[in-house]
Amino acid sequence: MSAKFKPGDKVRVRVGSPPGHLRTPHYIQGKTGSVAAVHGTFRNPESLAYGGDGLPKQFLYLVCFEQTQVWEQYPASRQDRLLIDIYEHWLEPA
Amino acid sequence: MHEHEHTHDAHAAITEKNELTYYEKRVYAIQSLLVEKGIVTADEVRRAVEDMDSRTPALGAKVVARAWVDPAFKARLLADAKAAVAELGIDTGALSTLVAVENTEKLHNVVVCTLCSCYPRSILGVPPDWYKSLHYRSRVVVDPRGVLKEFGLEVEPNVEVRVYDSTADMRYLIIPARPAGTEGMSEEALARLVTRDSMIGVARARRPSES
Repeated sequence: MSAKFKPGDKVRVRVGSPPGHLRTPHYIQGKTGSVAAVHGTFRNPESLAYGGDGLPKQFLYLVCFEQTQVWEQYPASRQDRLLIDIYEHWLEPA
Repeated sequence: MHEHEHTHDAHAAITEKNELTYYEKRVYAIQSLLVEKGIVTADEVRRAVEDMDSRTPALGAKVVARAWVDPAFKARLLADAKAAVAELGIDTGALSTLVAVENTEKLHNVVVCTLCSCYPRSILGVPPDWYKSLHYRSRVVVDPRGVLKEFGLEVEPNVEVRVYDSTADMRYLIIPARPAGTEGMSEEALARLVTRDSMIGVARARRPSES
């Protein structure tokens, strides 16, 4: 199994709110950022939360967003960033 | 028969004032079932609680102080924090993975978990109440500079602010910038400058004059 994305790749966070437990906050859905690091593979929390085995494991990425791209009226200096961990099945190429 | 100046019945009986909450009851019920079914023993639960309670920000401070005095250790810490802290005899457990992030003159990092209250407990202990509050969690991502200002930390406009939202398996430890005027201080003395809040990123490390 290999990671779909590598550091520097532009990615968009998928939009969706399937019923149940998920670790992709609403505020970041639909936003475009770039992969800062590939953390490795981890069991899928959306399955683990309900007694599942969390398999297949999912690649987890640290994704970097420009704050001004995340919030329309970001009040401060433009170079600020937001970094957030997102599982591969929530990302698509941008 | 010993002699007392006071009488025993002057003491009020010790009473539990607070009713258990719904979630406390649920946790106790699940714990009892796990013990009854032989999945865990009561002693294992007690030991886990004891281990958790023994962890304090002093562990993180020890790691940061070592990173300040030993550049090779800092490089290992930034590359693989879990392995680096193990060198100091700190076991971060099997579940989550630790990531260390460095604050510098040009970059200020701060950590939050917007979804719940993920926190590097194995190295900082129990999180402060404000870290779990809806106010902190919802506001620090949108307006980090404003929130940091409320904590008494004004970040210069030319310094980049990065918010880490720890939504998954990673736990983030901030390595605060080493304060000026600390050259030649011992590792133990340096560790006393490293506060819990500075390792979350809402404060700087103390200056020697403040400790």
